Amino acid sequence: MSFLTIENLNARVGTAPILRDVSLSVEAGEVRGLVGESGAGKSMIGKAVLGTLPTAVEIESGRIVLDGEDLQALKPRDRRRVIGAKAALIPQDPLTALNPSRRVGPQITNRLVDILGWTRADAGHRAAELLDEVSIPDPERVMRAYPHELSGGMRQRILIASAFAAEPKLIIADEPTTALDVTVQKQILRLIRQMQARHGTALLFVTHDLGVVSKVCQSLTVLFGGMVLEDTRVEQFFARPGHPYSAALLAATPKYTDPDASLTPVPDAVIAGVEAEIEAHDRMHGHV
Amino acid sequence: MTLIRRILLRLLTTAITLFGVAVIVFFVIRVVPGNPVAMMLPPGATDDDIARLKALYGLDKTIPEQFLIWLGGVLHGDFGTSITTRQPVLSLVLSRLPATIELSIMALVIAMIIGGALALTGTRKRGTKVEGTIDVTNGVALSVPDFLWGLVLILLFGVLWPIFHISGRISPSIDLPFSTNFYLFESVLRLRFDIWADLVSHMFMPSLALAIPLAAIIAQLLKQSLKETMHLDYVTLARTKGYDENHVITREALPNAVLPTLTLIGVQFTFLIGGTVIIERLFSYEGLGNMAIDAVINRDLPLIQGIVILFALIFTAVNLVVDLTYAALNPRLRNG
Ligand SMILES: Nc1ncnc2c1ncn2[C@@H]1O[C@H](COP(=O)(O)OP(=O)(O)OP(=O)(O)O)[C@@H](O)[C@H]1O
Ligand SMILES: [Mg+2]
Repeated sequence: MSFLTIENLNARVGTAPILRDVSLSVEAGEVRGLVGESGAGKSMIGKAVLGTLPTAVEIESGRIVLDGEDLQALKPRDRRRVIGAKAALIPQDPLTALNPSRRVGPQITNRLVDILGWTRADAGHRAAELLDEVSIPDPERVMRAYPHELSGGMRQRILIASAFAAEPKLIIADEPTTALDVTVQKQILRLIRQMQARHGTALLFVTHDLGVVSKVCQSLTVLFGGMVLEDTRVEQFFARPGHPYSAALLAATPKYTDPDASLTPVPDAVIAGVEAEIEAHDRMHGHV
Repeated sequence: MTLIRRILLRLLTTAITLFGVAVIVFFVIRVVPGNPVAMMLPPGATDDDIARLKALYGLDKTIPEQFLIWLGGVLHGDFGTSITTRQPVLSLVLSRLPATIELSIMALVIAMIIGGALALTGTRKRGTKVEGTIDVTNGVALSVPDFLWGLVLILLFGVLWPIFHISGRISPSIDLPFSTNFYLFESVLRLRFDIWADLVSHMFMPSLALAIPLAAIIAQLLKQSLKETMHLDYVTLARTKGYDENHVITREALPNAVLPTLTLIGVQFTFLIGGTVIIERLFSYEGLGNMAIDAVINRDLPLIQGIVILFALIFTAVNLVVDLTYAALNPRLRNG
């Protein structure tokens, strides 16, 4: 059963559509990649699910169903609580995602205590346990530290621990490694994968790195201009991409076995084809 | 740098500042025209009388000599004698200081409450008419200085709709059983809320006049700073955890957004204290500022000198408190 279902989601800024009839679903325990070039709307989908869209962005139509709850139908306050209890975010930049004026511990435990009603002691034990799980030495000390006392890699581990703290059934990770050192990136990626497998959490993984997709994901959604071009299994995608843009994207990605292989940028003809598709779509839906 | 070292350094710079202020004021008030002694004596006093009185107050000596004598006294806790009242400057000034401290603190508290409430409301309702109204109100409040607000308040609540006192510090009919001049604080400690209410109804108008411009500055700066903070990733992350917007604003954004505002409040608070001079006069409030104006009118040189030094001391103390609070609130400075 799918834990997250997005049906025909349309969103726009002013009159400009930024999500066009987006439909996708994430099955329980599945890792789904969300790929596309910069500006394709990957982050917007994550933000729509988590209820953190910028104020300029307006959801026009469509449904977002999280664990059976139609989010759009809920009052804003209730929607937040439902999302907080069932889903979590692993943010992109660990340097800015922790509150600089609060100790690390409470930032991991606050959801458990305030939203889910755990006792402080239980939440504290849980946090220590999780920090241990993400290989942070001396969790008790780290929990008393302020974010600026810790390295970027440490902070991302803390944010991962925090995301798993309430055992959410869905985690959205929005390019969780791009802000990190290359050496740390691999460790963090492996950690997310391990944690996901161990906890059986569904994961929506936003990235523009197909190499990462091949290592982490089981299924994949390809996005361009806020429109879903392809929705497929990962093996299928790498064997036989189902859209010309996907094929071009694949050709444009250096094989991680051979990083020096020459890059073929996505050909203009392919882009023009996709843009024609988008135009046709907009005409059909009354946006000129 | 440790806290102790920081405080010691501050004390040293404070001493230097105070010395500089003392020198400047001492010389300036002695070169401006106006003869205190002539003003004290009845008409028809002889030159001889004047000379004798001058000698009594040491005014026959050269200015540098007078300064050294004065400085020597100060180092022994003697700030001289007021020419008009013939009482020691120190006890005069200290007797009025509590009134001004209470007025300033009340104004500061009012400014922080109003300014904070406006900033939080404006942030909560950002992008709506409410925010626009707050912005316009701030603009108006800022473009009118405190003493004009004083006049407006006197007209509104003293004349048109007289619900507050607009003159004095306390009703003359009240018997004061107090042992300090911190009437407001002491009335609370002694649980004399009847007196407290009378004091507040006297202080409210002048402190509000002082508070309005500061409240507008606080509202504007804090709202701006909150607005920037609200876009930061940790605020967004708190939203995804299930917190409602009020919690996100007050618990996640506010503690970080107040830091820049706090420094500014420190600077502005010293302006506010400077504003008490005219406001106290306007509302016949018996504080230090009112005394300062009398002292200047009467050319009471030792008293002017004492009051100015005290004001300078207050300013540096305020700055010190602001710095320490800032350090205490900002974890990055705490161990740094
Ligand atoms: N705050 C905002 N207000 C209005 N439009 C925005 C805002 N943020 C992003 N957009 C627009 O929404 C579209 C989708 O942006 P989004 O951030 O989802 O892209 P993305 O696929 O995540 O790209 P990237 O790989 O660069 O993160 C873009 O065209 C962008 O210009
Ligand atoms: Mg993005």
